[in-house]
Amino acid sequence: MNSLQIYLLLASFLFSLGIYAVISRQNAVAILMGIELILNSANINFIAFNRFTSNLNHLDGHLFSMFIIVLAAAEAAVALAIIINLFKNIGTVNVDEASELKG
Amino acid sequence: MDFNIFLSLSFLFIPLLLFAYQLFFGHILKHDTWWVSLFGIGLNLAVALSFFYQSFFNSADNILFNGRFNWLTTGNFNLDLGITIDNLAVIMLLVVSLVSFLVHLYSSEYMKGDLRFSRYYAFLGLFTFSMNGIVLADSITMIYIFWELVGLSSYLIIGFWFEKNSAASASKKAFLTNRVGDIGMFIGIMMIYFVGDSHSFNLDEIIAKVKLGGIDSTYLTIAGVLIFLGAVGKSAQLPLHIWLPDAMEGPTPASAMIHAATMVAAGVYMSLRIFPILTFEALSIIAFIGASTAIFAAIIAITQNDIKKVLAYSTVSQLGYMVLAIGVGSYMAAFFHLVTHAMFKACLFMASGSVIHSMHHSLHELHDHETDPQDMRNMGGLKNKMPITYFSMLITTLAIAGVPFFSGFVSKDAILAGTLAHYFEHGGVTIFLPIAGFGAAAITAFYMFRLIFLTFHGKPKNEKIYDHIHESPLPMTIPLIVLSALSFSVFYTGSINPLADGSYSWFAKAIGNGHNYVIEVDNSHNDNYSKDKYAGKSKNDKYGHELDESDSKFNFTYHVSHAAHAAHYTAMYLSLLVAGLGIIFSSLVYLFRKIDPELLYRFFNIFRLYDLSKNKFYIDEIYSNILYKPFMFWSKVSSKIDWDLYDQKGIDSLGKLTLFASNKSTKVDYDWLDQIIVDGFGKLANYMSMKLKNIQGGIVQSYILGGLVALILIILLVQQI
Repeated sequence: MNSLQIYLLLASFLFSLGIYAVISRQNAVAILMGIELILNSANINFIAFNRFTSNLNHLDGHLFSMFIIVLAAAEAAVALAIIINLFKNIGTVNVDEASELKG
Repeated sequence: MDFNIFLSLSFLFIPLLLFAYQLFFGHILKHDTWWVSLFGIGLNLAVALSFFYQSFFNSADNILFNGRFNWLTTGNFNLDLGITIDNLAVIMLLVVSLVSFLVHLYSSEYMKGDLRFSRYYAFLGLFTFSMNGIVLADSITMIYIFWELVGLSSYLIIGFWFEKNSAASASKKAFLTNRVGDIGMFIGIMMIYFVGDSHSFNLDEIIAKVKLGGIDSTYLTIAGVLIFLGAVGKSAQLPLHIWLPDAMEGPTPASAMIHAATMVAAGVYMSLRIFPILTFEALSIIAFIGASTAIFAAIIAITQNDIKKVLAYSTVSQLGYMVLAIGVGSYMAAFFHLVTHAMFKACLFMASGSVIHSMHHSLHELHDHETDPQDMRNMGGLKNKMPITYFSMLITTLAIAGVPFFSGFVSKDAILAGTLAHYFEHGGVTIFLPIAGFGAAAITAFYMFRLIFLTFHGKPKNEKIYDHIHESPLPMTIPLIVLSALSFSVFYTGSINPLADGSYSWFAKAIGNGHNYVIEVDNSHNDNYSKDKYAGKSKNDKYGHELDESDSKFNFTYHVSHAAHAAHYTAMYLSLLVAGLGIIFSSLVYLFRKIDPELLYRFFNIFRLYDLSKNKFYIDEIYSNILYKPFMFWSKVSSKIDWDLYDQKGIDSLGKLTLFASNKSTKVDYDWLDQIIVDGFGKLANYMSMKLKNIQGGIVQSYILGGLVALILIILLVQQI
């Protein structure tokens, strides 16, 4: 088992945890945390592939990771704002409760 | 010549205009509408007189006017319509117009107060138009067209009082009986069309072709007899005479014109037109038909009690004479008798109409609706009350009976001479022709005087009716006077000898002997009329007859004329004898009452002769038994087959089968296809969607889970492959 596979397994583990959180949690904040985990597992994959499969002088994977971190921050900001508004409107952050658009 | 085109066309179409006028505008002038018709027919009469004047001095073969135009063309087939006016036509036109004019005048009084007065005049106009068409026609198709029109107007006139059942069925009978003859005539026309190389319906062209010779004489005989069949129907010859006595259901003046003077003579006129192409065999058949009709109808006329029925059978009998004359080749005699008969028979009918009219009025005043105004047994002694009617009827009766100095004598004499000559020449079975001729002459004299004596002489049968009888008004008596005057022989011939020629008889000169181009009698066995005697002679012989120069062969009509001359004196004495016998016998029985009619009845009824005559030889019954009843029987049988078997069993069972099959297929369609298969799909879809709708629960996380599971499955699948 070389070192790339270890990183990939770590990333898969993180991704699985994220997915599990997204699927199973009722709390909107917890789902947001799951999404952060998924994004970070992707970051690990980018960095690992950049480190083990390409020229060391290239920083493409890093660059992608930087973008994703920025994107995750922005996303977290927007999502938290939505969650706060959700709470203001219905008094809970349980996503199952937010079913007003359901026919 | 151009003026004659105008004259002849206006002559033809004026009556048609009158027909249209009376039909559409006849109601405007009410009763006075008849003046319009009288004026129109008066114009016609004037035109006819002008034709007569123009052709009066012409010889027999002269044609006054001839013109035709192409009517229709389809492919190689050309149909021309045209007018030809020769002496025959001129005299016929004059007869038709004169009788028509007088009938128009007479009807104004006779038909007064009738509900359909203007329609009556319309029909008279239509009839005059069609009759003019026949007379003027130059082609056999045109004759046929107007022939049918004449049949139509006859039908309309007979059924004029169609509220009466008898009139309605009489009109149908007349029409259908005429159809039988007309079908034969049509086939004959078609056969004639195919004579020779160049096909034509034009009479002159057909005659010219026949004149060239080389046509199969059997073919020509069949064609000629078939065309003559039309005349058998129209001129009421045996065996198609049955319609004419029934036709007396129509108004009497119209009967006088249509069923006595003109229309029934159309058959004779048409036969004269085709006379040049009739073969000797065809002529023999015609002669025998005519002779049997003459004697047969005369016998029936003896026992009839209806005054119009007597005259009707008398008409049939006289028409038989004309046909007989054609058959023996006496062209001129046939036409001569046609003309004289038209005059005296029209007068007889109108006189009988006058009697019926006053009888009817008398019965009307007495409120008697039971007594038959036409039955002679209810009359008697009318001569004092109706002198003009009586004398005109007496004169015309003398004419029809064949008394010297009256027209009937000369014309009948000419025919009888012809039949005698025919017998002298041919012998054998042709003895029937003169026997029938003279026999019918005797019987005619008898029954006509019976009519006179029963109606006008003796004691009135019913004093009440007699008291109310009065002479008819002037419009009815004028025609009687005119026509009875024309029944004197001086108007036709200056001589008592009907065959006299030249200066004595304008009529014989105008008509001539006619021509017949198919008969070349082989008379080598007969010295008197041998070929050598006449062939190559000069143009005129001692009688002033013109010989046909172009025809060096034996000239049939010329020969017949000579033979008739030879037989003439015998014929004259014989006819005087039989007419005298008839008149004397009739006066003994009915005037002086020396012989009891009852006795005669018993005597003749030993052999059931009286019953035979009284019942018109059971001809109607025979037709009913051999034609009508079998026909009805077979119609019933076929109706039974059609309805009970074919319809009820065949068609209906097909229907039932269809019903059964459709019931079954409904079951299949509804119970199986509809309920199970189609509805099954619907139910399946419903069930599936009920199940599937749970998937879309609105919970996003479950979607993501589904997507993830699907992704994993896809990856696994891709890995497997």
